[in-house]
Amino acid sequence: MSDWYTTFANSGVGSTLVTQLGLPRPAVLRRYEPGQPLLPGPAVLGTAGEGRLRDTVDAVLRDAGVTVLTADADERPAAVVLDATGVTGPAQLAAAHDLLAPAVKRLRPTGRVVVLGDPPAEAGTPAQAAARQALEGLVRSLAKELRGGSTANLLLVPEGAEASVAGPLRFFLSGRSAYVDGQVLPVSPADVPAGADDERPLAGRVAVVTGAARGIGAAIARVLSRDGAHVVAVDVPAAGEALAEVANEVGGTALQLDITAPDAPRRLVGHLRERHGGVDVVVHNAGITRDKLLVNMDAARWNAVMAVNLQAQLDLTRALLDADGVLRPGARVVSVSSQSGIAGNRGQTNYAASKAGVIGMVRAWAPEFAARGATVNAVAPGFIVTEMTARMPLSTREVGARLNSLQQGGLPVDVAEAIAWLAQPGAAGVNGQVLRVCGQSLLGA
Amino acid sequence: MSSSQPRRAAVLGGNRIPFARSNSAYAQASNQDMLTATLDGLVARFGLQGERVGEVVAGAVLKHSRDFNLTRESVLGSRLSAATPAYDVQQACGTGLEAAVLVANKIALGQIESGIAGGVDTTSDAPLAVGDDLRRALLELAGARSVGARLRAIARIRPGSLVPEAPRNAEPRTGLAMGEHQAITTREWGISREDQDELAVRSHRNLAAAYDRGFLDDLVTPYLGLTRDQNLRPDTTVEKLATLEPVFGTDDPAATMTAGNSTPLTDGASAVLLSSDEWAAEHGLPVLAHLVDAQTAAVDHVHGGEGLLMAPAYAVPVLLARNGLTLQDLDFYEIHEAFAATVLATLKAWESPAFCEEKLGLDAPLGAIDRDRLNVNGSSLAAGHPFAATGGRIVASLAKQLHEAGPGTRGLVSICAAGGQGVVALLES
Repeated sequence: MSDWYTTFANSGVGSTLVTQLGLPRPAVLRRYEPGQPLLPGPAVLGTAGEGRLRDTVDAVLRDAGVTVLTADADERPAAVVLDATGVTGPAQLAAAHDLLAPAVKRLRPTGRVVVLGDPPAEAGTPAQAAARQALEGLVRSLAKELRGGSTANLLLVPEGAEASVAGPLRFFLSGRSAYVDGQVLPVSPADVPAGADDERPLAGRVAVVTGAARGIGAAIARVLSRDGAHVVAVDVPAAGEALAEVANEVGGTALQLDITAPDAPRRLVGHLRERHGGVDVVVHNAGITRDKLLVNMDAARWNAVMAVNLQAQLDLTRALLDADGVLRPGARVVSVSSQSGIAGNRGQTNYAASKAGVIGMVRAWAPEFAARGATVNAVAPGFIVTEMTARMPLSTREVGARLNSLQQGGLPVDVAEAIAWLAQPGAAGVNGQVLRVCGQSLLGA
Repeated sequence: MSSSQPRRAAVLGGNRIPFARSNSAYAQASNQDMLTATLDGLVARFGLQGERVGEVVAGAVLKHSRDFNLTRESVLGSRLSAATPAYDVQQACGTGLEAAVLVANKIALGQIESGIAGGVDTTSDAPLAVGDDLRRALLELAGARSVGARLRAIARIRPGSLVPEAPRNAEPRTGLAMGEHQAITTREWGISREDQDELAVRSHRNLAAAYDRGFLDDLVTPYLGLTRDQNLRPDTTVEKLATLEPVFGTDDPAATMTAGNSTPLTDGASAVLLSSDEWAAEHGLPVLAHLVDAQTAAVDHVHGGEGLLMAPAYAVPVLLARNGLTLQDLDFYEIHEAFAATVLATLKAWESPAFCEEKLGLDAPLGAIDRDRLNVNGSSLAAGHPFAATGGRIVASLAKQLHEAGPGTRGLVSICAAGGQGVVALLES
């Protein structure tokens, strides 16, 4: 499955044609491949305000072999990192403008802008809160101005969460975040294990992926396996043939299970205990749509979507939490939500309700997970090019795919990369969050 | 018996594709296609990608000449290590169970640590052979050295030689179809139409219930769009079956065997994973049951006055005696439903003092069994019976049933086969 328009617009003839017609020319995104350096070029690092994370950022860049440029260097940067922690009022934001304007002008295609700030809610004064909140407007707007597949994102780092910064910073700089744009991600203090293997960060871990037979679920299984995990691929028995192919492709195992069956939690827990002695990563990806306008929707459509998309996630997670020792220390649960759950979507009251419910679920569960040194998060995909979107009418599909800052639909692998990253040890400081993988969609922004 | 008991082979699980009715969902699938897909499903279930299994043993009853080395070729097409050895076996409908016994025996002897036993059959993609006249003419043509000899060979070919020979579901020595043989036995034992239809209905209901409670979730992998056995009729009733016309033994006005209480021609494949306990532990795979012992028997259906499908009735008492068990010591019975009447005649024979004394040489009859422990998850009448695939279906399903019932539970597998043969085995969790 690929975005044919992006491919066409970047071909010889296509490039000429779309330019003459004034059509958007979406960039080819920089996506992660094993062995790829963190950045394809040097980075500019600057501060606005106190800049208490400057040394942390500097170390992340240098550890990854990235040359750190001064703001006035001639070389074109592949990334600009602004440490705006400690801004006390709007006046200090001038420094942000002074750093970003010249550096972003010289930013290479598929570049990255990452801004680090403090959480506005924890500000001591209204002026401080205003300055902190202002960063959000700056980053969201800059993300819309960037071209060439470049992205801008904001990390909110409270006092004491310095150790949690490296993982998210690396994610936003790397090709793993290709379709994550214009987002604000809060981190929290956590024990982050040191010295994780960046090539195979999930080595030795067992990961369950529901809905793994095709589409985004199959992509998640592939990326988790690439990152070193043993994947237990779960899907309904009727999808078993495709499921077996995915399991064999990724060197994992296939578990045919209807997650809405009353005994599904017991069977999943038993399987993980007997076959693997426990589980490290659980990805709740299985989901269905049964679209109808609310007034025309029968109970069966409503109930089926709720059962698969929400109730099963609650029941399976509860059973894993309750089963002694099955959910291993440092476990990661990642739920697939949806843009529809944030913005709503005509004809999807049931689906959007279930996906919004998922967001409520991960937020509510975050403290219990944190107490175990574990995390629970959601990923909300935007317009992702799958078999499902391929069946949409051409005009609806093409318009839907362009309504974002990157002017293209995302790929299943983009969602998978975000999920696999949240499963990494280095993402320990991200808990109870909803990470959108939507290219900064105009919907629900 | 020596003082050191050989170790017992563990049954870890199985996989099969849903069984399809002849000339339907799998009409275009070959034996090799189905066996390869079945092995790949097993590999996916147990994480055996690239694994060098000790040996893969499987077979087919109906084979093309291209099915030479069928099992090894299927292994090479699968995700197992290409360094996994394989060989073919064939014992008619006993093939699948015999394959499991062979693998279990090698494991028991310590010659291999793990193995896969399987079977496959297609009645849709069945081999057609050229007639003997044409075959001889073609062979002569191939060997001819002069133009004259070639012309003579070609001249032997007549239009009638071009009619292909299809495989027949008939006994070579009697010319009778298997159903006709069973019809004789059915009449001899006085098996009623009602009892046969009731057994068939129970088979369908039990299999449907097994699907509904998810029992088959880790035993079956869908194939070519089929997710359940195509022959399964969950809503069939004794009343519906009573309307069918008899198809076997119809020279008798009181014929009882119909398409509803006889197994239809079916396509499919199955495989079972066996190993030593140590191998299972190393691979983190729970043991469902052990294959404790097995026995074969054969009867002389040509001149000996015994029914073609009655050999298991002879094999089971030998197996029980060797293991110090009575028929009633078993918790579950899996008696292959070639025909409903086959199962009923076998049970009746074990209850008959005359049969048990005269034919089996026993002092007392084996006695009756609790019918609620018979084919509890359905059998061939509902699932269908791709000849060589039935043994694997039953072994995996029974092993899981015994595991669910708890440690120390015992189960019997009994399979009748063409040529007057029978293969039976004892499993224990």
